[in-house]
Amino acid sequence: MQRTFVSLIAGLLFGGGLFISGMTDTTKVQGWLDVFGQWDPTLAFVMGGAIIPMFFAWRLTVGRKPLTGGDFPNPPAPELDRRLIVGSILFGMGWGLAGLCPGPAIASLSYGGLGGVVFVIAMVGGMALAPKLTVQLDRRAATT
Amino acid sequence: MEADWIWGLIGGVLIGLGGAVYLLGNGRIMGASGIIGGLVDGTGRDTARDRLAFLAGVAIMPMLLWPVYDVNISTHLTDQWWVIIAAGVLVGVGTRVANGCTSGHGVCGISRFSMRGLVATVFYIFAGGLMLSLMRHVWGLI
Repeated sequence: MQRTFVSLIAGLLFGGGLFISGMTDTTKVQGWLDVFGQWDPTLAFVMGGAIIPMFFAWRLTVGRKPLTGGDFPNPPAPELDRRLIVGSILFGMGWGLAGLCPGPAIASLSYGGLGGVVFVIAMVGGMALAPKLTVQLDRRAATT
Repeated sequence: MEADWIWGLIGGVLIGLGGAVYLLGNGRIMGASGIIGGLVDGTGRDTARDRLAFLAGVAIMPMLLWPVYDVNISTHLTDQWWVIIAAGVLVGVGTRVANGCTSGHGVCGISRFSMRGLVATVFYIFAGGLMLSLMRHVWGLI
């Protein structure tokens, strides 16, 4: 129950932040990516602002345990594999096309209209397909 | 609008606070694609209630804010259905194959100097910029 409450609080903060920062507005996200058009630097401020509390949060994890028990995540893996690169390129292509990533897609569900709902359904479909592509990539990595 | 960057910064700090609560409270990395994806492919079945609570929070807060917050609340999403569907599928597949999106790799990864988070962020921003520029300025499709 405690974990569920923590998740809800984190979600409320995340959703509020996405909304206030303008990241649920696809013109702002596409504006950041549109270096040959009317470039909009807002996203850099959002990223920068979000990294500050997270930087301190990571520092606080040292020598402690999570409030609700369990352990903190392992240190980040150093290797850069095919999955990371191919997946990030595919994600970026979709992000550039519509200007939505998973967080803002959920945050804008209440006012994003039918288009926003269709985007989330397509995204969930893509997520269901992902394990198939992951298997393919791993197989290719094993043979090269 | 000149104030956009200030709201961006304030909203960004809130996003980071959400990530901090999630990390220090539950010991988990706040990645939107991972939280949704675990429900989709069943890998997060044991934590389904926490995941749903998080997603409910994400969806509810803007609803609570928009009546009191004087801002244009449209997402300005394209009305081209093929773009919406293609983009959704690409975002879904890509974030799960890469094991992270803007929140997990970007915010949570970079803030702990993760090379994977940084490299993923460089690649998705580059791919997004290239895709948008080609589609908008070269081919005029979006």
